[in-house]
Amino acid sequence: MRSLEELKALKEKVQKANAVREDRGAPTVTVHMGTCGIANGAREVLHAVMEEIQTRNLTDVHVKQTGCPGLCHMEPLMTITIPGQTPCLYGKLDPAKAKKVIIQHVVNNQPVVEWLVNADK
Amino acid sequence: MEFYRSHVLVCTGTGCASSGAPQIIEQLKKELKDKGLEKEIKIVETGCFGFCETGPIMVVYPEGTFYCRVKPDDVKEIVEEHFIKGRVVKRILYSGNTDEVKVQEFEDIDFFKYQERIALTNSGQINPEDIEEYIGNDGYFALGKVLHEMTPLEVIEEVKNAGLRGRGGAGFPTGLKWQFAYNSQGDQKYVVCNADEGDPGAFMDRSVLEGDPHSVLEAMAIAGYAIGANQGYVYCRAEYPIAIERLNIAIKQARERGLLGKNIFGKGFDFDIEIRLGAGAFVCGEETALLASIEGKRGEPRPRPPFPAVEGLWKKPTIINNVETLANVRHIILKGAEWFASIGTENSKGTKVFALAGKINNTGLIEVPMGTTLRTIIYGIGGGIPDGKAFKAAQLGGPSGACIPAEHLDLELDYDKLKSIGAMMGSGGMIILDEDNCMVDVARFFLEFTQDESCGKCPPCRIGTKRMLEILTKITEGRGEPEDIENLETLASTIQNTALCALGQTAPNPVLSTLRYFRDEYEAHINEKRCPAGVCKSLLSFVIDADKCRGCGLCARHCPADAISGKVKEPFVIDQDKCTKCGTCMEKCKFGAISKK
Ligand SMILES: Cc1cc2nc3c(=O)[nH]c(=O)nc-3n(C[C@H](O)[C@H](O)[C@H](O)COP(=O)(O)O)c2cc1C
Ligand code: FES
Repeated sequence: MRSLEELKALKEKVQKANAVREDRGAPTVTVHMGTCGIANGAREVLHAVMEEIQTRNLTDVHVKQTGCPGLCHMEPLMTITIPGQTPCLYGKLDPAKAKKVIIQHVVNNQPVVEWLVNADK
Repeated sequence: MEFYRSHVLVCTGTGCASSGAPQIIEQLKKELKDKGLEKEIKIVETGCFGFCETGPIMVVYPEGTFYCRVKPDDVKEIVEEHFIKGRVVKRILYSGNTDEVKVQEFEDIDFFKYQERIALTNSGQINPEDIEEYIGNDGYFALGKVLHEMTPLEVIEEVKNAGLRGRGGAGFPTGLKWQFAYNSQGDQKYVVCNADEGDPGAFMDRSVLEGDPHSVLEAMAIAGYAIGANQGYVYCRAEYPIAIERLNIAIKQARERGLLGKNIFGKGFDFDIEIRLGAGAFVCGEETALLASIEGKRGEPRPRPPFPAVEGLWKKPTIINNVETLANVRHIILKGAEWFASIGTENSKGTKVFALAGKINNTGLIEVPMGTTLRTIIYGIGGGIPDGKAFKAAQLGGPSGACIPAEHLDLELDYDKLKSIGAMMGSGGMIILDEDNCMVDVARFFLEFTQDESCGKCPPCRIGTKRMLEILTKITEGRGEPEDIENLETLASTIQNTALCALGQTAPNPVLSTLRYFRDEYEAHINEKRCPAGVCKSLLSFVIDADKCRGCGLCARHCPADAISGKVKEPFVIDQDKCTKCGTCMEKCKFGAISKK
């Protein structure tokens, strides 16, 4: 980085790229991969997500990884963000549940309420 | 590969298979053949959707239509309506129960509602392995700001004014520490990040390193600029492989972008960072032992002064800061000291991250403003104690820490208030204990830890903790004598006053705090040979209530020690000499006839 301008330009580029993602309406699947998550099977969940996306040939879904959001008792966790909607945090997932979330939520836009951490029950 | 215009996924997981998926597939094949659609529509058998209660399940792509509870009779309709005419069969469409349930914003659910995230801002939000995501969230702008707009002294002033204090345990004002190192003369200075995190059960620092490694690197560079150092070391325990991997990736990416290395931002400031691995000894978290370990020597502490800010790594002025301390720095630079100082209490500014564990419903990592009460943490964020049990104490600060009893549930947690009740903030480990925990046993557990981890260099710590552990073990085994309490207290104060480093000086804390608030439990063990919580095995006996016993013999059959005998339909008895106090009989008895005494 040679100057602050360069950094600013990069930040804007990143933010723009994220905005394009939003505009296109593409959902993002974020798997929380801290040690706690991984120990509880987050890696398997991530693999299941990738697998499901591949089997179903979903081209417009973004898969990301991130750190621990703190809710370790609910690991493995995954956030589904569909542009324009409140992000949904799923807890206590396993590969089968994760696949179902992909199908039901990402494809059919129907949150799987029973595993939703941020549901107003 | 052949092209099909549509894929029909039928679940053949165990659940759906038993609710009729095979018949549906058979029917589907037949219908598709009849209608000549075999080449257009592909049937895919899939594994369980995890949605078995609404099975059998069928999903039609590319639309992604989700049919549930499909019956063989429905298949014809699906084929005719959906596949031929393109009309979804609404009748068997999954409707879900989403209408009644509102999805809440994360900030509205109890777990997040009371939290304020500064050190953990990015954790769980960005991809830690992609520097661009960090930059997209203002990453490295604080470093840019200090290099362009601030002198080193202004940076130090800002951190001082913010009131940031060390999160590694001692709570020393960070700005002041930087000032000392700034004032020290030296051609070479160092910045060290303490990522040893030795408290059992604590994982605050690990989460920051794993979730937001750049925030620590950026702060180290800022600290380097402030004190005049151009080399940094992260001392991380080797047991944190993921944290280390992500740190390595972060360092590499920062170097590639010129955010570490030579002439950063073209401002003539050089700074680079390397990782040093620790082998996981508790004492190596102590700053002087840590420095010795980085130098390749035995990880043993040395007396201070000289403080590391004057004479540290290779005898050069060095600052050592904890991971969480550093993670706050960029926010202070970007949002200002005033903003940071507006959070928290008079002498404790900002937030504190706690690792919540033990007898609590929501275990996890939380960040709350200084001054938040235990009650809010335990009942608001933590969701209370499982199984309706009563709260007994919160163990704060790990092996150097103390137990806080229920009478202080409404105490505002900050450095000073905790000190006033004989406790300490510590690094953030918080273990919740309920009525089933024996406080003498808890004290013994921590003493066992410190005794084990004592480096052995100084006698008070090496021998003193051993003697204390012996007395505690004796008490929990029912061999306690009345003078034991006094002996513990004498030993405790001697060790506190004479040990070389804070490991020894703080080792008696768990004992002293339990003696202060739970003296009656010690007395019950010693005088009545009774463990009120029913934990200490030597003081327990399992007995069968003859009135309640129906003589079924279930207990005797499950007893691994063959300690229970009796005649069917008559009350059974436990042979106390043979009993190993495993508690199996009590679990198995259907009539509640067995109790612990
Ligand atoms: C036995 C012992 C273990 C310690 N372990 C740690 C540790 O794991 N992490 C840490 O940051 N500080 C630990 N400390 C505190 C450090 O000595 C030092 O005070 C701290 O790293 C300074 O950083 P801070 O001012 O940012 O808190 C330990 C101290 C003692 C006496
Ligand atoms: S290890 Fe420091 S006093 Fe014992």
